[in-house]
Amino acid sequence: MSARNPLLSRHRGTALALPPLLAAFWLVMSGHYTWLLLTLGAASVCLVVWVIWRMQVVDDESLPLRVLPRLPGYLLWLIGQIMLSAVTVLRLVWSPRRKIRPGVGTVPAAGMSDLSKVIYANSITLTPGTLSVSFRNGDIEVHALRAEGVAEVADSAMPRRVEGLEKR
Amino acid sequence: MLAAAVIALLVAMALTLVRAFVGPRLYNRLLAINVFGTKTVLFISVVGVLSGRPYIFDIALLYALVNFVSTIAVLRLTHLDELLPSSDEGTAR
Amino acid sequence: MSLSLLIDIASGALLLAGCLLVVSGAVGLLRLPDFYTRTHAGSLTDAAGATLLLLGLLLQADGWQSGVRLVLIMLFLLVTSPTAAHALAQAARRDGERLPAGDDEGRR
Repeated sequence: MSARNPLLSRHRGTALALPPLLAAFWLVMSGHYTWLLLTLGAASVCLVVWVIWRMQVVDDESLPLRVLPRLPGYLLWLIGQIMLSAVTVLRLVWSPRRKIRPGVGTVPAAGMSDLSKVIYANSITLTPGTLSVSFRNGDIEVHALRAEGVAEVADSAMPRRVEGLEKR
Repeated sequence: MLAAAVIALLVAMALTLVRAFVGPRLYNRLLAINVFGTKTVLFISVVGVLSGRPYIFDIALLYALVNFVSTIAVLRLTHLDELLPSSDEGTAR
Repeated sequence: MSLSLLIDIASGALLLAGCLLVVSGAVGLLRLPDFYTRTHAGSLTDAAGATLLLLGLLLQADGWQSGVRLVLIMLFLLVTSPTAAHALAQAARRDGERLPAGDDEGRR
């Protein structure tokens, strides 16, 4: 159960980081810097913070800013991986004979933190040819367009890189 | 090149609609509609660059969010008990 | 060779590759045999095709405001599409879409 008052308890860091982020988002997206719009922006930031506070969704994982410094590098690497496996799926889609043998298997993820698990599962889904279906005992159950695909994910550099995201 | 992209996206959207119509069953249709939404976002973005009006990107951004939320909303309707956070799985607490 | 021509060529190549992937995703959605394999075709469109197309557009965008919006669209798609695909797959499975061999939990 989350704390009764997230703004005043251990989630103060998240609560302090949220309004500046929202304000920056408004300033970037608006592009008009008149008094009326800036006032409306401040009001909407307050509204959003109030709604989030009322929903009590702020826990220590709602705003995982600690992965931010390494995220761009990881995203670039992931986009490269996506392109590589997209070529494989492309060939399967256009091949005249239907030789598709999909398979299901589990990829070990039991030792990871919850955040790493989510990033890992989403990265697997994002890569064409592999789809994470569910968690089973902390491991990720993966459906692959080619049966070999599951083992290839587990052997690839992806789990190592995902865990590296959270390191200081 | 941008005009060619618009045509390619329209063709892809038509093909996706075919899958949405023939089904079979609920989930193939939902998947097709989800992919169709992504293509709409791309279509709006290309049109935005083509017409040189940057505010069109706001519409694309909004559409991307609406597409995601609507997919989750439909799934909540069909699986009301399982996707709510009070169910047994999904909450690792 | 001028820089703008180079940017035009790079953007055109990215757009072309993106269109190829998006159309292939649609074709795959029609050709592949069952729900789960079609999901892979969907991710071909969502992840790879959308990223390439938006990168191609980014090179042609004028002004930082358009650029920021395109990057935000790309990030939103990269976050939301696997989440939606995962929710779809899990719901489909509980409703009895059969996984291939190795499935002992499919129908409940």
